[in-house]
Amino acid sequence: MYAYIIRRLLLIIPLIMAISLISFLVMQLAPGDFLDTMRLNPRISEEYIDQMEERFGLDKSIPEQYFRWLWRAVQLDFGRSFKWNVPVTFIIKSRLLNTLILSLAAMFIGWLFAIPIGIYSATHKYKFSDNLLTVFSFIGLSIPSFFFALLLQYLVVRAGIDHPITGMTSIDYDWLSTPEKALDVLRHLFLPAIVLGSFQMAGLMRRMRGQMLDAMTQDYIRTALAKGLKERIVIYKHALRNAVNPLVTIFGFQLSGLLSGAALTETVFAYPGMGRMMLEAVLSKDIYLAMAGLVLSSVLLIMGNLIADILLALIDPRIRFN
Amino acid sequence: MTNPKKAINVGLEPVSEQKEQFSFRKQVWRRLRRHKMATGAGIILLIIYFLVIFAGFLAPYNHYETYKQHFFHHPTKVYFTDEDGLSWPYVYATERIGWGEYREITDRKYPLKLLHRGDKYKFWGLFETDLHLIGVEQPAHLFLLGTDNFGRDTFSRLLFGGRVSMFLGFAGIIITTFFGLLIGSIAGYYGGKIDELLMRLSEIIISIPQFYLLLALAAVLPVSISSSLRFLLIVIILAFISWAGMSRVIRGMVLAIKNEEYVRAAKAMGASDLRIIFKHVIPTTVTYVIINATLAIPGYILMESGLSFIGLGIQEPDASWGNMLTAAQTVTKITNFPWLLLPGFMIFIAVLCFNLMGDGLRDALDPKTDKS
Repeated sequence: MYAYIIRRLLLIIPLIMAISLISFLVMQLAPGDFLDTMRLNPRISEEYIDQMEERFGLDKSIPEQYFRWLWRAVQLDFGRSFKWNVPVTFIIKSRLLNTLILSLAAMFIGWLFAIPIGIYSATHKYKFSDNLLTVFSFIGLSIPSFFFALLLQYLVVRAGIDHPITGMTSIDYDWLSTPEKALDVLRHLFLPAIVLGSFQMAGLMRRMRGQMLDAMTQDYIRTALAKGLKERIVIYKHALRNAVNPLVTIFGFQLSGLLSGAALTETVFAYPGMGRMMLEAVLSKDIYLAMAGLVLSSVLLIMGNLIADILLALIDPRIRFN
Repeated sequence: MTNPKKAINVGLEPVSEQKEQFSFRKQVWRRLRRHKMATGAGIILLIIYFLVIFAGFLAPYNHYETYKQHFFHHPTKVYFTDEDGLSWPYVYATERIGWGEYREITDRKYPLKLLHRGDKYKFWGLFETDLHLIGVEQPAHLFLLGTDNFGRDTFSRLLFGGRVSMFLGFAGIIITTFFGLLIGSIAGYYGGKIDELLMRLSEIIISIPQFYLLLALAAVLPVSISSSLRFLLIVIILAFISWAGMSRVIRGMVLAIKNEEYVRAAKAMGASDLRIIFKHVIPTTVTYVIINATLAIPGYILMESGLSFIGLGIQEPDASWGNMLTAAQTVTKITNFPWLLLPGFMIFIAVLCFNLMGDGLRDALDPKTDKS
């Protein structure tokens, strides 16, 4: 097992190198650079721009720029952001944390409701309640996140509910006590987490239902029922344990979906997360920030998949790594 | 060579019911029709396609036409009754009394006109005409679903904007399927170094969060290019970020098929690689490809509308459901002018229908799920 994990971790290194190269090339494809916008500003002197150019190494050839970046990135220095004029790691640290909070909240909502609803649906197959839940899951899967976000904002304002609809903290956040601060963040988190979580929930409950239905047609279930075990025990002890296993692999992919889906939701809710940062970085050609964002989120995604594989091996005794 | 299926078929000819069972296509069609939700979704999609294809004629206005005196105009009220009871539908002209507030001038009625001559538009880009299905005389307006901040008719823009969403998905899936099939079958069939190279490449693409890659690539597109070129480039970008997943599945299927006896037999008989790939390998993957394509279209629609929503996709003044929704981004606007949310409903309905249809198709095409 340890040998397997180490081998997987070693394989990540060339993968990350390739991802960084592709990200770099994509960012270079865009015409112009950040300094072009500065050049248009008459109040910024020519010398200052030349200085900036030299400092960021933008006057060098493209391969040289890449290797300079790579060399520094290996030492965990991802360069400085042009726009904010602070180290990239500084910005990403807080944004990544915000997005992780949001993603975890969404995952929590998704899994919390999806598993019991999936089981209920499977045990009430083709009854009215199952059909109704199926309709809901299709709605959840089909509604665009940004539209759902707008719709929720509209409903909250229309209904006159006093609930924050944008941002991550209130204006008076700095003056609040610690428990009040936590409550404030949670209140702001609620709507975006609902938007992202309901999408997750819809997908997960469909899968859970399918897995449960699959498991319930197996021979060992019939045997268990035939020998007179209670239906509850058969469902929760025999079928459920086998139905949940495949869902664990989805866990890893969810990270990717969350990072991607969060970008639009964050934009609508003005939530200071990675997605909005990426959008701003890409639009203002803040290349080091955008590259660090791409590479770090990829690392997150790869690690998520690895963790899912390991989890699966831990809970499913049939899987062994050699 | 006699077809064994046919022989059995002939033998059982008198029994009409059993004869039907041998036609896979008929069976699929029957199962699909039994799936009521999928059928309904298919019909709705057909209606939407009809509406967007004939957008120029069906829309009362040209989607570029701005009525600056009527920005954020509420949906025009159409009256079906007057003081004498039922009447031919008519509207009143309106005048602005505040910011986005309008009052009806009830002095004169303007009846709805069928085959009205209004704004000029180019029918399918072929010839110029000004014929619209319905319309009213100026100074009255027929804003069925209100107007946006420039005073452009929402209904007309919905129809024109639908063209982007409804056809971009199709174009995207065709290109992705082509490359997914090509790369997947080459990798699976030849194996070795080519397989290694292609799969490493696809792994890289899969490992970058999809929407971030999409953002970075879409930001590369220059602002000044024409809208049709932009449409094409967005399709290519979408295909670029989604071929990898598909080609990996196809590769897996090809690996399994490669060792089947009939493929080995074909090889022994001296069939060329190309023949084997096109005659034996690709047809086996057809079911997967069809299901996957239908279920992937919503993803493309969502990605395009998301891109357009944040301003990186289809650009103004061209309409797309995504960029129309951008106008609804501030809360005060959506509470005052809720019709701005309608493009979102359209995206939702289109995506929902494709999902339902894909689900029905999967049930119909996959014999494992036969419940009859």
